[in-house]
Amino acid sequence: MTTALTGSAVDTGAAAQADTALRIDGVSRVFGAGPARVQALDDVSLEVRAGEFVCLLGASGCGKSTLLGLVAGLDAPSAGTVDTTGRRVGMMFQDSALLPWLTAGGNVEVPLKLRGIRKAERRERTERLLSMVRLAGMADRRPHELSGGMRQRVSLARAFAQEADILCMDEPFGALDAMTRDLLHDELERIWRETGVTVLFVTHDVREAVRLGDRIVLLSSRPGRVAEIFDVDIDRPRRIDSAHVAELATTVTARLREEVGRHGH
Amino acid sequence: MATEIDVPTRAHERPDLAKARPGDAPEVDATLAGLDALDIPTARRAPLLARSWAATWPKLGALVLFLLLWQVVVWTGWKPTYVLPGPVTALREFGSRLGTGHFWEALARTLVRAVEGYALAVLIGGVVGVAVARFTLLRTAVGSFITALQTMPSIVWFPLAILLFKLSESAIMFVVILGAAPSVANGVIYGVDYVPPLLVRVGRSMGARGFSLYRHVVAPAALPSVLAGLKQGWAFAWRSLMAGELLVIVPGHPSIGADLQNSRELIDTVGVMASMITIFVVGVIVDAAFNAADARMRQRRGLVAEGNSAVRAARGRRKPPNDGAGANERANAITAIDAAVIGTAPDASSGGHAG
Repeated sequence: MTTALTGSAVDTGAAAQADTALRIDGVSRVFGAGPARVQALDDVSLEVRAGEFVCLLGASGCGKSTLLGLVAGLDAPSAGTVDTTGRRVGMMFQDSALLPWLTAGGNVEVPLKLRGIRKAERRERTERLLSMVRLAGMADRRPHELSGGMRQRVSLARAFAQEADILCMDEPFGALDAMTRDLLHDELERIWRETGVTVLFVTHDVREAVRLGDRIVLLSSRPGRVAEIFDVDIDRPRRIDSAHVAELATTVTARLREEVGRHGH
Repeated sequence: MATEIDVPTRAHERPDLAKARPGDAPEVDATLAGLDALDIPTARRAPLLARSWAATWPKLGALVLFLLLWQVVVWTGWKPTYVLPGPVTALREFGSRLGTGHFWEALARTLVRAVEGYALAVLIGGVVGVAVARFTLLRTAVGSFITALQTMPSIVWFPLAILLFKLSESAIMFVVILGAAPSVANGVIYGVDYVPPLLVRVGRSMGARGFSLYRHVVAPAALPSVLAGLKQGWAFAWRSLMAGELLVIVPGHPSIGADLQNSRELIDTVGVMASMITIFVVGVIVDAAFNAADARMRQRRGLVAEGNSAVRAARGRRKPPNDGAGANERANAITAIDAAVIGTAPDASSGGHAG
């Protein structure tokens, strides 16, 4: 259990801190054409340092998910560039999106299988990843036999099985009850600290963003643009109901309302 | 959960992931474990014997009821017994046939024809289905023809088949394949069409492309529909085969259909019924096999409806997951979490343990 999980991340580990992990430069994304033309993103630029936890915050239609899709390489920008600096990108979705015909372990194994890793090693790595998310011994459970929070943890383990240096999370805790969500914030923070992974975390929940992020990128809606960037200078570990978090959340919420209000006219 | 954690360290200091295991934050660990233990569904499957009995007795009941009705009709004297014999006579004839070599030879030929024709239909239907699902042009060209072909009664193909192949095995095979392949193809096409886009996104985000995307995501996601197509394809193959064996009697090749036709020509109603019982029994057995595969797949994917009375009966009585006791346990866990939140250590007895 002493081998490092993400080989490539470890290799770059020493120099990584000052490094830029992700460079988004003047990115636009347009869907459709003519009257059905929708501009999801307009000239979005953002640099994310290696090991940084960045929250993308915005109301509906700000193109948060579109932006994640571009970073994960699921989609290509209409203009501008997305540079992941040779780092591997893993993705986690709101709905845990586990493959229902596989067990928890089977789901974690898929990315390993896709990279042609031998069976014995797959088993070992899967067990290690599942214990990282505190699901040791649950490898044989099927997704429908797990709770929502447990499914999201399997999904997190699966994202790490991609040896992700950059983890894109698309409202991963949006569908969970408050208690589970609170616990998973702690879990995610712990795993982030211990792995040094770079996180791009999409949410529409201001407090969640303040609870987790080093920086909060506030996006405006239709089209999505970077409206403002907040630095979160609150010591970790944070608590979602602490006064510091509430204070910054109030500021961010006011700014978010201002952005949303522009669409009311 | 104000746990004692160090000041954040960054990538250059990252420890091994071996440390990213339970133990460094015991309170979170306990609450999480408690929550997990409460959240895991408690369903337990009843023993095999109980399940198979629960699945069997309603069928037996229906069968007995049907035989009884048949007997009542015979007793009313609606038709003379040489035209409409009773169930006992028919079943006795069926039973005595089981002891003859001729019966097994006929059954074997019929089954071999069925399996061969069905296998070819699955192969052709599968290839056509994948091709149509994959290529838009092909779909536009022949997509609707496949469904049209499926709705054509197989018997209308026989005049052409007999002209093309004479009274031969090939004529029967031709119609069986035409009968079954469209259903199989449609099952594949719909299966691929209805793969949830999210799962495809997941597959692609994990690095699956082209064939590996099909293998790891599209094919397993399409399986329920493919299985439905295979089942329907079998039904069409079996019907086509029976029609074929009645019309295309190949000299020196005994079969169930040929026996049926023979009995009709000899005005042997008991013989006709014995043949029909054979056909019915084969249908029931194959259907049971398909259903077993289907049930297994649904069970693995958690698609078994809780409200389904047959399922409830098969599982036996069990307490619903959220009854009074469960709510109590959950309340205890919440208290434990509250305790952790305000800084006191959680009560060990209410934390619970997973697994």
